[in-house]
Amino acid sequence: MSKLFSKENKEVFSSPLNLNNPIAVQVLGICSALAVTSQLMPAIVMGLSVTVITSFSNVIISLIRKTIPNRIRIIIQLVVVAALVTIVSMLLKAFAYDVSVQLSVYVGLIITNCILMGRLEAFAMMNGPWESFLDGMANGLGYAYVLVIVGAVRELLGSGCLAGFQIIPDAVYEMGYMNNGMMTMPAMALILLGCFIWAHRAYNENKEKK
Amino acid sequence: MATKKFKCKVCGYVHEGDAAPAKCPVCQAPASEFVEEVEATAAEKSANKKKGIDTNSNVYTIIYASVVVVIVATLLAVFSQLLAPQSEANVRIDKKSQILAALNLRGLEKTEIENKYAEVVVADRIIKSDASVINEGVDKDKAAFAMANKDITPDNLPIYVCTVNGETKYVIPLVGKGLWNEIWGYISLNDDKNTVYGAYFSHAGETAGLGARITEYEGFQQQFENKKVLTEDASDVALSVVKVGKKVEGLSADSRCDAITGATLTCDGVNNMVRDCLKKYMIFLTSNE
Repeated sequence: MSKLFSKENKEVFSSPLNLNNPIAVQVLGICSALAVTSQLMPAIVMGLSVTVITSFSNVIISLIRKTIPNRIRIIIQLVVVAALVTIVSMLLKAFAYDVSVQLSVYVGLIITNCILMGRLEAFAMMNGPWESFLDGMANGLGYAYVLVIVGAVRELLGSGCLAGFQIIPDAVYEMGYMNNGMMTMPAMALILLGCFIWAHRAYNENKEKK
Repeated sequence: MATKKFKCKVCGYVHEGDAAPAKCPVCQAPASEFVEEVEATAAEKSANKKKGIDTNSNVYTIIYASVVVVIVATLLAVFSQLLAPQSEANVRIDKKSQILAALNLRGLEKTEIENKYAEVVVADRIIKSDASVINEGVDKDKAAFAMANKDITPDNLPIYVCTVNGETKYVIPLVGKGLWNEIWGYISLNDDKNTVYGAYFSHAGETAGLGARITEYEGFQQQFENKKVLTEDASDVALSVVKVGKKVEGLSADSRCDAITGATLTCDGVNNMVRDCLKKYMIFLTSNE
């Protein structure tokens, strides 16, 4: 047990969540982050899907990493990711149809998500299955929580709801408050992400100075 | 038992015997500099053997690729077969809920939809553009309902015959192009085949907050209610979606719906879709059977 949660492994797990966050620091996977965050629910499902897919593709690639012919390694990685993505998309269609309609092409586009390919090539090809699993899960979660934050802000300000439930009471609307239609546009997601990255960097800079 | 091997760490000389020599015969290093060379265990041997295969050879690469593809293909086929009934049911329920929305039956629970649909829709008929019936569609979900959008041709037109509150309604599916992607919808007519009873539109990828409002904004769909489909002399389709304030020659207020601000191109798409699709039904709409 102690080996499974050694200091290095904790480091592997915590760095993508904060100091090496795929969105905030590496600025990867932005396209889908802009597209699916207009509401909270799709953002959560998208984040979870990416987490599951990065974790398991990392494990699979890590298990077979020594047998992969070097010349076709990218193709093999893609095949593994594509298979997992297709399975996840079929599962969503079967058990969460409404969300899968909202996510539309973006579930399929997880295949081309730079976070996945980056982790497979940079981590899973060189590390054991357990470390790779941690790394994949942490990167997925690092991506997911940024999506959830952006999705929550956009849905709250854009339509006054969270996950479909009205949060801002009618009384506030009667006083003249209006939903900000800009928030539902992808452009606002970019601005919000910019603000998030700004806050994230400022916070970490302060910590480093201390 | 074979003799043990000891290797000099300084010069690499290998001594065979039961113990390390007191001094290395080559470099004079003391016994402490010798390390016993352990024979590789079975596991290590197999690992070495694996490494022995040249993973870069063409044959290995081709075989590896084929094996991976076969495994993945099998896996996907199995999953697809297992999940197909469930996801097809979802697609069917979704389509039914859209048809019901065109009949102003919105916001139903998923579990109610199948029953409500069976209650309301009497037949999913297939007709020709000359209004002759190809398939009465009395066995439900088999005829028009099972038809894909791309199969709709002038000789193969789906129409749903429904009964709402004892009155006959006709639901006509609409298919067209929006700004970015496909748009579609359903429009229901009263039994005079001229007055709109309700409408529903959906889209595959219109701009969120603008074009996407053809689906989200019920007010846009509700303004179709009680509009007239045909011109007064019943020679053409009059129903149109036009920008507020834009003058159109010969278009009466009875057939005019307002476009959504900021979604002009999508609404033009809706306009074309409604007109093009309804035109195919002209003979049906003007005949009084």
